[in-house]
Amino acid sequence: MAESIIDSLKQMLNQPVAAVKQFLPRVLVMLMIIIVGWLIAILLKAIVRRALALAKFDALSESAGTAQLLRNAALPAPRDLVASLTFWVVCIVFLLLGINALGVVSLQEQISQLLLFLPQIFVAVLILFVGFLLANFLARATLLAAVNANLPFARLLAGSVRFLVVLLTVSMALEQIALAHRTVLIAFTILFGAVMLALAIAFGIAGQHLARQVLHKSFSPAEPEKEEEITHL
Amino acid sequence: MMKETPIAIEPGVPGPEPAELPDDFLRQLTAAGEVDILLFVPSLNNRDTIGHVMNALQLGLVKYFPRERTAVLNADGGSHDGTPQVVRESIIKDFRAFLAANPLRTMHRITAAYDSRKGPWGALELLLSAAELTRAKACAVVSPDLRSIAPEWVESLVRPIRREEFDFVAPIYRRHKYEGLLIKNLIAPVFRAAYGFRIREPMGSEFAFSGQLASKLQQSGGWQQRCCEVGPAMGLMATAIANDYRTCQSFLGPRIYQSRHQEPDLVRVFQESVGALFQGLEADHAYWSNRGGAAQVQTFGFEYSVALQPVRVSRKRLLQGFRLGVEELGAILEAILAPDTLRAVQDLGKLSDGGFRFPDELWVRVVYEFAASYHRSVLTRDHLLQALLPLYRGKVFSFVMETEKATPAEVENRLEELGLACERLKPYLVERW
Repeated sequence: MAESIIDSLKQMLNQPVAAVKQFLPRVLVMLMIIIVGWLIAILLKAIVRRALALAKFDALSESAGTAQLLRNAALPAPRDLVASLTFWVVCIVFLLLGINALGVVSLQEQISQLLLFLPQIFVAVLILFVGFLLANFLARATLLAAVNANLPFARLLAGSVRFLVVLLTVSMALEQIALAHRTVLIAFTILFGAVMLALAIAFGIAGQHLARQVLHKSFSPAEPEKEEEITHL
Repeated sequence: MMKETPIAIEPGVPGPEPAELPDDFLRQLTAAGEVDILLFVPSLNNRDTIGHVMNALQLGLVKYFPRERTAVLNADGGSHDGTPQVVRESIIKDFRAFLAANPLRTMHRITAAYDSRKGPWGALELLLSAAELTRAKACAVVSPDLRSIAPEWVESLVRPIRREEFDFVAPIYRRHKYEGLLIKNLIAPVFRAAYGFRIREPMGSEFAFSGQLASKLQQSGGWQQRCCEVGPAMGLMATAIANDYRTCQSFLGPRIYQSRHQEPDLVRVFQESVGALFQGLEADHAYWSNRGGAAQVQTFGFEYSVALQPVRVSRKRLLQGFRLGVEELGAILEAILAPDTLRAVQDLGKLSDGGFRFPDELWVRVVYEFAASYHRSVLTRDHLLQALLPLYRGKVFSFVMETEKATPAEVENRLEELGLACERLKPYLVERW
C-alpha cells in the first residue's frame, strides 16, 4: 500500500519533470527561431532601405505626393516606413513560426489560420496604400485644374474627390479581408448614395447660378473670353 | 560666342536613317541633288494660307538668292482640307509678274508626309534627314499659317547663315506689347540668363540653321527633349548654343497668323513651353551652371514699327486667377517655394487691385524655385507647372498695369529690367538647383 502510494507520488512528480524535459527544447527552438528571425528582419530592413535609396524612392514618393501624405499623418518617411513594415512582417512571421514550434495543438491551428490570413492582410494594406496615393494624386489634379479654370470652391471639389477615392479604397480593403462583408457593402452603398445625393442637392440649390452659367457656356454660341485677346506665345 | 569647355550633345534619339524614309521622298531628294538653301514648311490643314506662304518663299529665293541651288520642302501631317493640293498648285511659272528677275537655276519642290502624332519633331526629323541628304548649307523653317510673310523673310533668315557664317538664326517680330506675354515675362528672360545670350524670341516659329548644325543634330539627336509642340525652335537653339554654334537674330516684322485666336488653351501652352524650358535647363545644366551674365547677340535687319491693333485684356480675370491660386494652392506652393518667397507671394494676394505690383526680383525667385523643384521632381511635373500658372497670371496682371500707357520703347526697357533681374539672380538658381 505504502509502496503504491510512493510510486504514485513518484509518478506525479516525474510527469511535470518529464513534461518540462520535453517542453524545454521546444522553448529553446522557439527562442532560436525568434532570434534568427529578428536578425534576418534587421538585415532585410537594412537591405530594403539601401535598395530604396538606390531607386530614389523618397524622391518618387515626394513627387507622387505620398511623402506629404505621410507627413500629414505624422508617419515616418516613405523609405523608413517600407523598411519598418518589412522588419515587422518578418518578425511576426518568425514569431508565429516560433510559437508553432512549441507544438501546442490549439495554438498551431490558430497560427496556421493566421498565416493563411496574412496574404489577404498584405493585399488589403497594398490596396490602402495605392488608394491613398491615387486619392492624393487625383485630389491635387482636381485642385489645380479647378484653380486654373478660375472655379470657386476648388478645395471643396478636390476634397470631395479625395473623400470618394478613400471611401472606395477602404471599402475595397475591408472587402479583401472579408471583414463584416455585408455590413461594409451596405454601409458603402448607403454612404456613397448619400454623398452623391447630397452633392446633387447642394449643387442644385447652391449652384443654380453656376449651373446656369455652365450650361449657357456649353450650349450657347461662345463669345470669346476677353483674356483670349492677349496671346502668351 | 566662344566658351571655355565645349559640351557635346548628349546621346539622344537620332533622326530617321535614309532607309526609313519613304521611297517617293528619297526619289525627290535624289532628283534635287545637292542644294545650297532648303526652305521647310510643315503643314496640317493650312489650306487658306499655305499658297501665300509658298509663293512668298519662292519669290524670296528668286529675288535674294538667284544663283543658289534651292529647294522648298513641304511636309504634310495628314491634312484633310486639301492643303497638299494647294501646295502642288502654288508654283510660280513666270516670276516676271512679280519681280524683275527669273531664277537662274532650277528651284526644286519636294513634298513629303510626316506623322503628326510625333509632334513637331516628326517634321523636323524629316527636314534634318533632307538637309543631310541634299547637303544643304542653310535650312529655314517657316510656319504655314502666316498672313504677314513677305519674300524678305527668306533673306532675313538665310543671309546670316550664307553670308555671315552663323549657325542659328532666331527671329525678332514686331509685336503688340500684350502679345507673347509668356515669352516676354518668363521664357525669354530665363533662357537669356541661363544660356548667356540675349535672345528675344527663343520660341519663334520661323528660324534658320546651317547645314553643319543640321548634320550635328541629325547625327547626335538629343534636341527632341528640349523641344515642345508650341515652339520647337527653342530645343534646336539651346542645343546649338550649348554646343558652341554661332547664334544671331534677325528682324522679320509683324507676325500675323491666320489662327491667332486659336492658340491652344493656356494650361497646355504653359505646360508645354515652360516644361520644355525647364527640361532644357536640366539637360544643359553643365553648360549654364558656371557662367554668368548674358552677351548681346548680333541682330540683323532694320527694326521698324507699325501700328498694331489694340488688344483687350481682362485684368479682373487675371488678378482673380492669381488670388484664387495663392489662396487655394498653399500646401502645394509650400512644397515648392522657399518660406520667404511664399510669404511674399501670399502678401501680394492681399494688395488692392490698383496697388498690385509683382516685383521682378520676387517673380524671378519664384520661377527659379519652380525650375529647381522641377529638376528635383518635388511634385509630379505636370502638377508643378500647373501650380506656377496662377502666379504667372499675377505677373501678367502686374505687367499690364505697369505698361498700360507705355510706348513700345518703354515696354522694351521694362522687359530689359526683367532680363537683368534674371541674370543678377542666376546664382540663386544655381544654389537652389
